[in-house]
Amino acid sequence: MLSLSHFLVLGAILFSISIVGIFLNRKNVIILLMAIELMLLAVNLNFIAFSYYLNDIAGQVFVFFILTVAAAESAIGLAILVVLFRSLASINVEDMDGLKG
Amino acid sequence: MTIEAIIFYFFAAILVAAAVCVVTVRNPVHAALFLVLSFFTASGIWILLRAEFLAITLVLVYVGAVMVLFLFVVMMLDIKLERLREGFWSYLPLGATVGILIALEMALVIMAPRSGFGTIPAPVDPGAGYSNTRELGRVLYTDYLYPFELAAVVLLVAMIAAIALTLRKRKNTKYQRPSDQVKADSRDRVRLVSMPVEKKDG
Repeated sequence: MLSLSHFLVLGAILFSISIVGIFLNRKNVIILLMAIELMLLAVNLNFIAFSYYLNDIAGQVFVFFILTVAAAESAIGLAILVVLFRSLASINVEDMDGLKG
Repeated sequence: MTIEAIIFYFFAAILVAAAVCVVTVRNPVHAALFLVLSFFTASGIWILLRAEFLAITLVLVYVGAVMVLFLFVVMMLDIKLERLREGFWSYLPLGATVGILIALEMALVIMAPRSGFGTIPAPVDPGAGYSNTRELGRVLYTDYLYPFELAAVVLLVAMIAAIALTLRKRKNTKYQRPSDQVKADSRDRVRLVSMPVEKKDG
């Protein structure tokens, strides 16, 4: 029988896969953004699982807001990426050293 | 094993495999497509959890809009993969260690008998007249009306920011001024001149 912990473990696995993705793709900004989207998906899965098992619809409302903010984030992130590519002709994280940090 | 458990494991396996492909595959276009697959599968799991509205929203908003935006940007940018893939696998031992540790720790916390997550009973089926969309809307437009409007403002700000960031003025573009076009009059354009007729020689 399915229980809440099944869904939470799936969310945890998804979250750690995206952390590994950030480690592996530390140069490619596009894949980094995709890994962030995966992380948000894992968080949303947890919210919905809790919402179902605790019989409280507030979790789904929060998922709604997370989806909104994630859509805004990826739109602005991709816009920044396009501007960056126009000026640097590269999306490599290592080329973004204009601030000499 | 109930049919629900079989569906869950099937979708979970696809979801995890697609997520692994997203972060390891070589071509960013393939990564975006695998991300589409994982969103789709996740929406299946959400339907299993009776969150139909959000599952459809995930497909419509994410697969329909955000992932198309990703694909558009990936295809528009001319990416040199060789430099981006340099030393790709060199961080794998560290990354895999950290990732497995995090997953293990979270699983230990979740699976611990004292957490009680495994013993929460699934809620009873609310019956045929229950509508997830109606319930969500009822809460969203009453208790969460203010955050809902703020979310709309966030989307507006994101739209304006994205347009303002990518907009660039070209110097030599030719564009029309509608006011001048409306004000144009035939008397300004054509000047009638009365000239005496000239005689042809011979």
